[in-house]
Amino acid sequence: MRTKRITVMAMCIALAMILSYVESQIPSPGIPGVKMGLPNIVVVFCLYRLGGKEAAGISLLRVLLVSILFGHAASFMYSAGGAVLSLVGMILLKKTDKLGCLAVSVVGAVLHNFGQILVAWLLMGPNVIYYLPVLILSGTIAGVIIGMLSALMVKRIDPKL
Amino acid sequence: MKRLFADKKLRIDLIVIAALLVLAGVLYLLLNSSREEGGVAVVRVNGVETERHSLAVEGTFSLNGGSNVLTIADGQAWLIKANCPDLLCVKQGKIHYTGQVITCLPNRLTVTIEGGESNGVDLVVG
Repeated sequence: MRTKRITVMAMCIALAMILSYVESQIPSPGIPGVKMGLPNIVVVFCLYRLGGKEAAGISLLRVLLVSILFGHAASFMYSAGGAVLSLVGMILLKKTDKLGCLAVSVVGAVLHNFGQILVAWLLMGPNVIYYLPVLILSGTIAGVIIGMLSALMVKRIDPKL
Repeated sequence: MKRLFADKKLRIDLIVIAALLVLAGVLYLLLNSSREEGGVAVVRVNGVETERHSLAVEGTFSLNGGSNVLTIADGQAWLIKANCPDLLCVKQGKIHYTGQVITCLPNRLTVTIEGGESNGVDLVVG
């Protein structure tokens, strides 16, 4: 059982990393921080299938590994800030058991963007606050899409996995 | 949809999504209502000011040893060139309100619009 769990988690990290890379190839609309959040499909899936601790481990390792492989120091700080805040929010929301996968994913996406704004505030000053409305909007839209995909995966993928 | 999400939860989910959209709208209005036309474009590298240009004077300026190129015209500022592969700063477009920023993360460079210097004639007395 233990070995199987470790294998599944390793697979999830690999998948999240590939999705990060795929996402980096999608042209950006020109506003920093606006993106799909494809790796979040894996994180939400793990949150529902494996648990909070496992999802946190997968998300944080993904951020670290992707930054080492493709990123730079600044991109690590942004991703890590976003990932930590997003994880805390999603794990707490899921614990209340009042919301579905969709809202958990949306709040996760918006908090991810919010975390990035906080890091940007520390690095570049308070003017970055003007990005916040756009990032909440884009996070909500991306979160809905990612939430629907995650819900599909939680439902369709064999529970024995 | 109904089979995919538990019915009761889906309703609360939609309320959360609607609330976030409203929040984005309200924040947008709040942040923009306090906006004023700016007077100068201030260039910072690593958070340290390196140069400033009045929005009233048209021109093209090479920044940070040529890593980015700034253009000012019609009271607006924008970047026309950058040495990074994604050109995000160029895509961020034209800015002219106080507080607006163009950010180039790879070069740690920002262009911020600030008040101060007046752009052209603001007030004629007499």
